[in-house]
Amino acid sequence: MEKLLLRNIDVPDSHTLATYRSHGGYLSWRKVVEGMKPEQLIDEIKGSGLRGRGGAGFPTGMKWSFVPKDNPKPKYLVCNADESEPGTFKDRLLIEQDPHAIIEGTLIAAYAIQSHTAFIYIRGEMVFGAERLEKAVAEAYREGLIGRDIFGSGYDLDVIVHRGAGAYICGEETALLSSLEGGRGWPKVKPPFPATHGLFGCPTVVNNVETLAALPWIIERGAAAYAAMGTEKSKGTKLFSVSGHIARPGVYEVEMGYPLKRFLEEDCGGVPNGKELKGVIPGGASMPVLKPEEIEKVNLDYESVAAAGSLLGSGGVIVMDESTCMVRAAWNIARFFAHESCGQCSPCREGCHWMEKLFHRIENGAAKPGDVDLILNISGNIMGNTICPFGDAAAMPAGAFIRKYRDEFEAHIAAGKCTVRGAG
Amino acid sequence: MALEFSPEALKEFEATVARYPKKEAAMLPVLYLAQREFGHLAPEAIEYVARLMDQTPARVQGVVSFYTMFNSKPIGRHHIQVCRTLPCALRGAEQVTELLKRKLGIECGQTTTDGRFTLSEVECLASCGTAPMMQVNDAYYENLTAEKIDQILNGLR
Repeated sequence: MEKLLLRNIDVPDSHTLATYRSHGGYLSWRKVVEGMKPEQLIDEIKGSGLRGRGGAGFPTGMKWSFVPKDNPKPKYLVCNADESEPGTFKDRLLIEQDPHAIIEGTLIAAYAIQSHTAFIYIRGEMVFGAERLEKAVAEAYREGLIGRDIFGSGYDLDVIVHRGAGAYICGEETALLSSLEGGRGWPKVKPPFPATHGLFGCPTVVNNVETLAALPWIIERGAAAYAAMGTEKSKGTKLFSVSGHIARPGVYEVEMGYPLKRFLEEDCGGVPNGKELKGVIPGGASMPVLKPEEIEKVNLDYESVAAAGSLLGSGGVIVMDESTCMVRAAWNIARFFAHESCGQCSPCREGCHWMEKLFHRIENGAAKPGDVDLILNISGNIMGNTICPFGDAAAMPAGAFIRKYRDEFEAHIAAGKCTVRGAG
Repeated sequence: MALEFSPEALKEFEATVARYPKKEAAMLPVLYLAQREFGHLAPEAIEYVARLMDQTPARVQGVVSFYTMFNSKPIGRHHIQVCRTLPCALRGAEQVTELLKRKLGIECGQTTTDGRFTLSEVECLASCGTAPMMQVNDAYYENLTAEKIDQILNGLR
């Protein structure tokens, strides 16, 4: 398969402008500015079938089209580089090794909504990545690719690299905007959506790094070429970050619709050390775990993973072998969400910590009868009852671990201690 | 004496604010600058930033306390942050933390008496394919082993 997103990754000095331009970099940007109207560009991306790669999978062209054209306020484009979903590390690879592809995509998206200020909001911890992006933006300014009167078209665009400061929730788009406004990273109630009321109440589009990095290729080869790949509803290629008990962890680009089992066994080398597979989380720690028998017929596209009862999410594939204690794994994830809850909505603020305590006491032999059902009850009360999707993201994995490995939870309680222990 | 920025830092502050469409948007970069200048963000630093940013100290404190990367208290010269989230845990993160605790003679959240090291456990740092891993100040250290940890510690003065 031809690589779209990882095509530059292995090229020496792939992060420099000279290298990026030596194989056609920024020609798509020139093509857009010199020859395309914003509506035409939006239609092109709609036609490609590209869907947001941050986790939700919303059609990108459609998202852009919600920005009102007659609104007199400034418009903003924000590249979401706040990658923090556990098990996901694809954006970091692009940020560090191919920053110009992200910047070119950011410029194209900004042009589509006629924004004159774009932000790249990068995770605070990614200091090296932020430096790479800063340098790349400075290079692009120097060569007139960003700034005033780009390619003599009269179109102006500034790009600001903005560092977060350590908060998972800022990957959620309205929280990201609160953070970019200089406040606590608190999500906002939708509607109104950022497309009409975003940064400082102005029309704003937030797109994920991987989404934006796909744009230069689509403009270069055309929407039809992109739409020719993948499945009926999940077009193109997608990056998957593979971690845990797997022979060859790393970032892989695969065509949408590729069989998950074949992907794990052939592309990633399977579960190492002669161990059996016990579970796979297909889309980052927020998504329900799947048992080995559930992945038999699953393909790597939004619809197929959803049909199996989980979600493709960010494409963070976490593999667990037979030595994994599923109670401890569930506790680890619950602890993550308890730590990261922003504290605005009581079901999430209280529920995440409560679930964490319950998982912890089951794992450590202090459980009471009924604790397992209590967790299910709490997760059910969080689900759908919070401002942002964080609540669901905490509730879904908790419920799935219990429903799918209930025997192991009950065995822990009966034995008054961990019955698996050794890993996780 | 009240805290204030050096003339160079003040210049950097003004240049930072000038890049943003609204002053308040520069809050995080200004707090980073203050942390770099003052070492950590004590109440006096927060009051100073509040004056610079035309905000109340309470609002600035609210921002500082929300994010994990702003330190309200002094920390060691080398802040060792071990990722503890599931993908790292599956590949030995707990053993990494235990080893570091033993070697440094401190618990998580503590600083060595010579002020060299602070040890913390943190959540996923987007380095799951190279687990277990840790971040020391700005740098990532990946695919950790006991020998590698020894080498890293010896290299940190």
